[in-house]
Amino acid sequence: MFNNIVEIVANHWPSFLEGVGMTLLMALIAMSLGTFFGTILAFLKVYSNKFVVAIVSGFIEIIRGTPMLVQIFIFYFGLPVYGIRMTAFGACILGFIINSSAYQAEYTRGAIQSIEQNQMTAARSLGLTRNQSIFNIILPQTIKRAIPAWTNEFIYLLKYTSLAYIVGAEELMEKAKVIASRNFLFFEVYIIVAIIYLILVLVITWLLQKLEKKLEIPGLETVR
Amino acid sequence: MSENKHILRVENLRKSFGSNVVLKDVSFTMDKGETKVIIGPSGTGKSTLLTCINQLVKPDSGTIYLKDLNVTQAEDMNKIRARIGFVFQDFGLFSHLTAMRNVMIGPIKVQKMSKEDAKNLAYEELKRVGLLEHADKYPAQLSGGQKQRVGIARALAMQPELILFDEPTSALDPELIGEVLAVMKDLADNKMTMLIVTHEMGFARTVSDEIIFMEGGVIVEQGTPEKLFKNPEHKRTGEFLFKLTELYGEGDE
Amino acid sequence: MPLLLKGTWVTIEITFLTLALGMLIAVPISFGQVYGPKWGKALIGVYEKIFRSIPGIVILFLIYYGLPRAGINMSPFLATIIGLGLRSGAYQSQIFRGAILSIDSTQMRASRSIGMSKMQGFRNVIFPQAFRVALPPWANEFTIVLKDSSFAYALGVTELLRQGRYIISTTYEPMLIFLTIAAIYFIITITLNKSLQALETKLTIPGFDIREKIK
Repeated sequence: MFNNIVEIVANHWPSFLEGVGMTLLMALIAMSLGTFFGTILAFLKVYSNKFVVAIVSGFIEIIRGTPMLVQIFIFYFGLPVYGIRMTAFGACILGFIINSSAYQAEYTRGAIQSIEQNQMTAARSLGLTRNQSIFNIILPQTIKRAIPAWTNEFIYLLKYTSLAYIVGAEELMEKAKVIASRNFLFFEVYIIVAIIYLILVLVITWLLQKLEKKLEIPGLETVR
Repeated sequence: MSENKHILRVENLRKSFGSNVVLKDVSFTMDKGETKVIIGPSGTGKSTLLTCINQLVKPDSGTIYLKDLNVTQAEDMNKIRARIGFVFQDFGLFSHLTAMRNVMIGPIKVQKMSKEDAKNLAYEELKRVGLLEHADKYPAQLSGGQKQRVGIARALAMQPELILFDEPTSALDPELIGEVLAVMKDLADNKMTMLIVTHEMGFARTVSDEIIFMEGGVIVEQGTPEKLFKNPEHKRTGEFLFKLTELYGEGDE
Repeated sequence: MPLLLKGTWVTIEITFLTLALGMLIAVPISFGQVYGPKWGKALIGVYEKIFRSIPGIVILFLIYYGLPRAGINMSPFLATIIGLGLRSGAYQSQIFRGAILSIDSTQMRASRSIGMSKMQGFRNVIFPQAFRVALPPWANEFTIVLKDSSFAYALGVTELLRQGRYIISTTYEPMLIFLTIAAIYFIITITLNKSLQALETKLTIPGFDIREKIK
């Protein structure tokens, strides 16, 4: 078996590499846009009027209450009914971004609410307007508190990009499937894939944790 | 018509939270340069009184005047809050900013000061409270007393006409209270108009021009420290002062 | 529509069996992590790290294609349960471990000091409290397993999603079907969450605040 593994890697490493690249690309795009929209949603949920809050909350609940795969299918197979056709890549990215926004909105909301109420009070007591307080006082602290959650979210996305192959997007899983369907050594191929994911996760976790350390507010270290 | 010389005028202030009437009918005035101390049992609305003055809490009825501006009916509260300083019991420092930036942010954002000028101003104020060497530290790296002094510097940087102190030393370890009281005494000596809620009787006795005793949502008695300590009109005043002095001591001279 | 219900039933089966397997694995493991010997902790740590870093689908494939090699016959359904179960076990053990640790130290010392053995201390003091702490994250895991049961699609299991696709291939109304499927998942999720929340409230120890205070 091990011989097979070595052989497969030797013959197909460019393909695997391409797959990894695509996987990382998907995860990165989903992560960054997810953070952007998620933060907006979180602030809307905490600071808007009842109507907006209800809509945002509803959206978040629905996205978090349904499987990612179903969401991707809706975008890839469902939208064409209305004339909106997407590539597999497009549908997947859309699904990932929306999904990530919903989850990140929740983490971020938690971060906002964990900031003591008196930060807002103190800001207003100086005469800062509500918007000034939100942008200058609450937002920076929210971001710093949300950073630990980013590592988790990115890893989560990395793993879930594996679903993309089902609709045909060309990331790691898809490459693996192609290779395996030719040499029929399914188990070996997927072992390789598993190891690749493991390495990716380990490396990225290490990198992001270094980043976290750099961005911490001195004195306010999060407990590890 | 003679110029209205009161900096602050509170008239018939009333506030309830649900069925709990916290302020029944409170009225008093303050002149420029005066230092007044409010004392009373917990829960009698002392803090609420302060937060009504800068409208962080909206009173149910009554009026508050800052000089001749009707605060309760003002349109732009933000401008007014910039003229009233507020020092919190739990410091309320912005934890993501250094001490220096904490002091600078108000002048920059609210008074539209340039960064240069704000920095110089912050420098002066931090120097005044004796914290210049800690200017680049973050709140989490400072002791309680230091944090509170930064809080005072931050309020001072706005060059307010009046500063409200909400139990500024209640959250501090005993040995740190002194440094904060020293700063406050210094301010009083320099004729800053200050309204302070505190239990520090020694401080009240030596520094204040007038003591206001509140209980049950009303002002029971107010007068100079000598009067209240030696010759209170109400029995309750005497009881309370005695209890406090027992607990908190006479304070340093 | 009845076909969808069939699919739903399969999905529910997968969910419960996976969770059960996961718990079976997680309970002893979490115990081992808190109270066990050093080498045990290291081993468990490795198991955990692996199963939390690899995508669910990959685990499923490995089980489905791998175990037959070892001579064990595998249906897609069985592979799903084993694969997702192993994965859930890793996550659940973390939840339990966290819960135990958050209660443990002083409480254990206190119970030992009145003469209880480690076992008694755990059963009577730590477990009741840890159980309540673990409930919210466990409820979360429940919904995750429910949603990830859709992975079984990839192995060909006729759970809800696949059932839906079969229907679509004959009726050509993808949006309607998918939205219905989404709605079904959503309803199950909400029902689940509400019931677990109700359970949490019922079990709340007055004054003992388990969650962060959210204002």
